[in-house]
Amino acid sequence: MDKRMTAADVVAQLEDGMTIGIGGWGPRRKPMALVREILRSDLKDLTLVSYGGADVGMLCAAGKVRKVVFAFVSLDFIPLEPYFRIARQSGAIEVMEIDEGMMLLGLRAAAWGLPFIPTQVGLGTDIIKRNPDIKVIDSPYDDKEWVAMPALHLDASLIHADRADARGVCQIAGPDHYMDDWFARAAKQTFVSCDELVETEYFHDPAQARLVHWERSATTGVVPIPGGAHPTSCAPLYGFDVPHFKAYTGSAKDEAGFQGYVETYLGASEADYQANVGGLEAIRTIELPTY
Amino acid sequence: MTTATDYTLAELCIVAASQAFADEGEVLATGIGVIPRLAASLAMKTTNPDLMMTDSEAWMLSEPNPVGKRPADFVPATESWMGFSQIFDNVWSGKRHAMLGPTQIDRWGQSNTSALGGTYEQPKVMMLGARGFPGNSISHPNSFFVPSHNTRVFMEGECDFVSSIGYNPARLPKGHSLDDIDIRYVITDLCVMDFGGPDHQIRLVSVHPGISAAQVQENTGYPVFVPDVVPTTAAPTQAQLAVIAQMDPHNQRAAQIKDNPPGDRS
Repeated sequence: MDKRMTAADVVAQLEDGMTIGIGGWGPRRKPMALVREILRSDLKDLTLVSYGGADVGMLCAAGKVRKVVFAFVSLDFIPLEPYFRIARQSGAIEVMEIDEGMMLLGLRAAAWGLPFIPTQVGLGTDIIKRNPDIKVIDSPYDDKEWVAMPALHLDASLIHADRADARGVCQIAGPDHYMDDWFARAAKQTFVSCDELVETEYFHDPAQARLVHWERSATTGVVPIPGGAHPTSCAPLYGFDVPHFKAYTGSAKDEAGFQGYVETYLGASEADYQANVGGLEAIRTIELPTY
Repeated sequence: MTTATDYTLAELCIVAASQAFADEGEVLATGIGVIPRLAASLAMKTTNPDLMMTDSEAWMLSEPNPVGKRPADFVPATESWMGFSQIFDNVWSGKRHAMLGPTQIDRWGQSNTSALGGTYEQPKVMMLGARGFPGNSISHPNSFFVPSHNTRVFMEGECDFVSSIGYNPARLPKGHSLDDIDIRYVITDLCVMDFGGPDHQIRLVSVHPGISAAQVQENTGYPVFVPDVVPTTAAPTQAQLAVIAQMDPHNQRAAQIKDNPPGDRS
């Protein structure tokens, strides 16, 4: 089976109103090239489920988003995501604000075919008060009440990996695969951009296979895009682009706003984008962050 | 143990905050921000070597990493993998103590990291979101660090958004008791507090040198329980300052509290 496709092929599979999961974490290993392809499309009314960073901010700024399911939206070293703030503070989007761990449980419930997973997380907080769709239930086994974290069903997930083969075996070689395995399993379709397309033989080395976090049946499409996580990091290949993120957050204060950012960087293709940010070689030399 | 005479407020706060981890045994100490991280590191290096710590990325460490850029030949003392998904296995087991800096802390010890003002649908100021605060607060002990003690942080009324559960009887979940909630210490630039007053009222534990109980009350938007005797927060020892300097070689601690004041303001 050959699952290779282009970013445009991925976007052609997406429809207005879909619920889209986005892998990665804040400024780390986001499928930004796929996000950029959505920015170039006429897709709209999306619901995003994300440990959010600029993926959420850019899609909000471009008017693609109806609702965001989130625990945070942050660039970490720049704590507040400017365009997500604007979207919230203008009342432009609906939200389902949950705890980071609740999101994991919601993805697991969807992956496992469960309607919900019980948890004590969220009790006593505004998470349950502000989310009437999240029910608090009695337990058949004790006298306590529990939050019934509902399954977060995803129409599609977008993920960026270090390497993949054409059959959809995806490798995340950085120190953390975050919740990407659960995003892959919770979605009807999972599209994975990768920095490098490799032959299947690459994974015959168990040390390489050990860095594969879901089996290929959970991968729908593979999109080779070297540097495709930029400006987010793809450790160990490259870090996140601090000057670029500063330009991005700075654009929110300019008169031209996000449109100015788009006109400076986005281009008509990923090749255009990479030329506008200094080229793939420059991306590949971005130093890894120190935590 | 030679007590230092020349130390900064940041260093005093690190030492005071490290006390929160001293008797915790073998738990994951998570300090978010430079001062909480150094506090946890100091505890692990001195009072509680059984503490566990991550590198803030994806690995557990046997020894805390110094803060900031490290030499190219630096080898972290990695002991196991601890990616974000596995963190929740630890959080929900209860074997963790986190020290975090929320934007608001109300009289019930509820905190807010999410949004200020306006309506929930359209807040005046959107912040981070609830992050992991709901899960932390109901799963394991937590402490707070507040670099600027004022009535905007410790405000009147309830938090604009309640990110973490506190000692609020009106929000107590069925089958739970207020004693299930475990907020340990609140370390600020003025004092150390806990929720050990009557009915879990916030209580003054110690005031920093040169600060009075009245100043603490003036800067807190709700009544602080002040015991008859309020000790002064202990000054760092030379040995503690040496560990702090080793863990923070770029002196990032100097940028954490406005104007980096001295520890003794009398």
